[in-house]
Amino acid sequence: MSKVHNNKAWWLVLPVFLLVAFSAIVPMMTVVNYSVQDIFDQSSRYFVGVDWYRQVLQDPRLHDSLLRQFIYSACVLLIEIPLGIAIALTMPTKGRWTSLCLIVMAIPLLIPWNVVGTIWQIFGRADIGLLGWSLNQLGVSYNYASNTRDAWVTVLVMDVWHWTSLVALLCYSGLRAIPDVYYQAARIDRASAWAVFRHIQLPKLKSVLLIAVMLRFMDSFMIYTEPFVLTGGGPGNATTFLSQTLTQMAVGQFDLGPAAAFSLVYFLIILLVSWLFYTAMTHDDKTR
Amino acid sequence: MSKRKRVVLLIYILFLLVPIYWLLNMSFKSNTEILGGLSLWPHGFTLDNYRVIFTDPSWYRGYLNSLYYVSLNTLISLSVALPAAYAFSRYRFLGDKHLFFWLLTNRMAPPAVFLLPFFQLYSSIGLFDTHIAVALAHCLFNVPLAVWILEGFMSGVPKEIDETAYIDGYSFPKFFVKIFIPLIGSGIGVTAFFCFMFSWVELLLARTLTSVEAKPIVAVMTRTVSASGIDWGVLAAAGVLTILPGMLVIWFVRNHVAKGFALGRV
Repeated sequence: MSKVHNNKAWWLVLPVFLLVAFSAIVPMMTVVNYSVQDIFDQSSRYFVGVDWYRQVLQDPRLHDSLLRQFIYSACVLLIEIPLGIAIALTMPTKGRWTSLCLIVMAIPLLIPWNVVGTIWQIFGRADIGLLGWSLNQLGVSYNYASNTRDAWVTVLVMDVWHWTSLVALLCYSGLRAIPDVYYQAARIDRASAWAVFRHIQLPKLKSVLLIAVMLRFMDSFMIYTEPFVLTGGGPGNATTFLSQTLTQMAVGQFDLGPAAAFSLVYFLIILLVSWLFYTAMTHDDKTR
Repeated sequence: MSKRKRVVLLIYILFLLVPIYWLLNMSFKSNTEILGGLSLWPHGFTLDNYRVIFTDPSWYRGYLNSLYYVSLNTLISLSVALPAAYAFSRYRFLGDKHLFFWLLTNRMAPPAVFLLPFFQLYSSIGLFDTHIAVALAHCLFNVPLAVWILEGFMSGVPKEIDETAYIDGYSFPKFFVKIFIPLIGSGIGVTAFFCFMFSWVELLLARTLTSVEAKPIVAVMTRTVSASGIDWGVLAAAGVLTILPGMLVIWFVRNHVAKGFALGRV
């Protein structure tokens, strides 16, 4: 759709701009401010330049949680995207089950994140949880609180439980948008189910998939509450992700300078990766 | 093929529902039964856990606080996002693409980054521990999202409708309220649903910006951990009650929710 050039449209955007600027720019500048100063109290603060950044970038604790974070986000994307597509393909297209199916699938998305942690805490425990109890009865020793592997698997399964529906619902709406003539043409050509998927459905899903990948990347990279409630970051530091390391540093130890420097690095990483996805997405729009 | 599909879907739905069933199951049990051994359904069915929540003000006020700031946030987000989304979908203006991208970057800012600055900002302007503080803080990620979704829905409305209305002598505000808003009604419903949802599930900011007066239910839930151990039954009951509002609101938008998840872009 061709748009009219009109700078008066700024008046319509102004409320959004002011509101978001208030919540975003002021705190962001505070963070920037902290990241270049060493603050003892209100009166004695020293400009330290990039010292905090240097210190943060060399901190092994951060390297560890950054690595964990990337592995975690990669696992989340690799499991949830294919699974979400598969689920979307199995969903009924019409009839009374469709609405019910949609509602049931949306339930995990509507649960407060700490309750998600609680649900899996209760579900996974060996003494009172169905999952932990059954696994132990079957002879698989399972304890997410003391075993690193079990903790990782539980946190991942919890994320799959929590968010796969988002990917599935996105793909479902993408699939609904494919006109029936495409399928008719495929039937005439006697295309196999795989060929239909590969050459009709997947290309049409591209734009929703990019949204899904972007949202899942951002949210999994920022994850805090669910593993915090479930494992508290343990055993040891096995499931301590970036947000948690950051919160420990800022609120627990009150190391404001390094925490602020770290915040900005953290934000830049998300921005950079998301920018890559965003460019891919708008590039797709232009060529179409 | 069709049968296999149904089996896969059924397994997935069971996978989604079983942990929730377990929470529900536990909320109807007494603590002695919970810790006494595993049972697939409550033998000594009791509503005591729910009674605790509905009779103790510190519990049920948590729910009211959450509902209050979530509604406030939805209202604010929608009212500022509607005109902005219209501007983005209909006009080109100085810096529009940069502004749009900048809005989206706020969706990418980890809440953990903003905890301390937010705390200081809202303390310094005297809004700490008020509902409006949480509602404003949640605007950080809800407003960009609302603009994004609404812009998608609005771009689906042919521009000729605007032009015809202007020729017919409608002023912009009159056209917007009387003609345009009814046209994107489902989009607005879906956007409201998303604002509600993301504000309802958020814990970190809501907990940091409140202490007593506006304490949200998600923060109250951490109370169940006391000296005598965790009160599992009440914790489970509180969890079940946090799921209900979401299920109520999704009922109203069930037919449009899939499109909404695609951010109005399909």
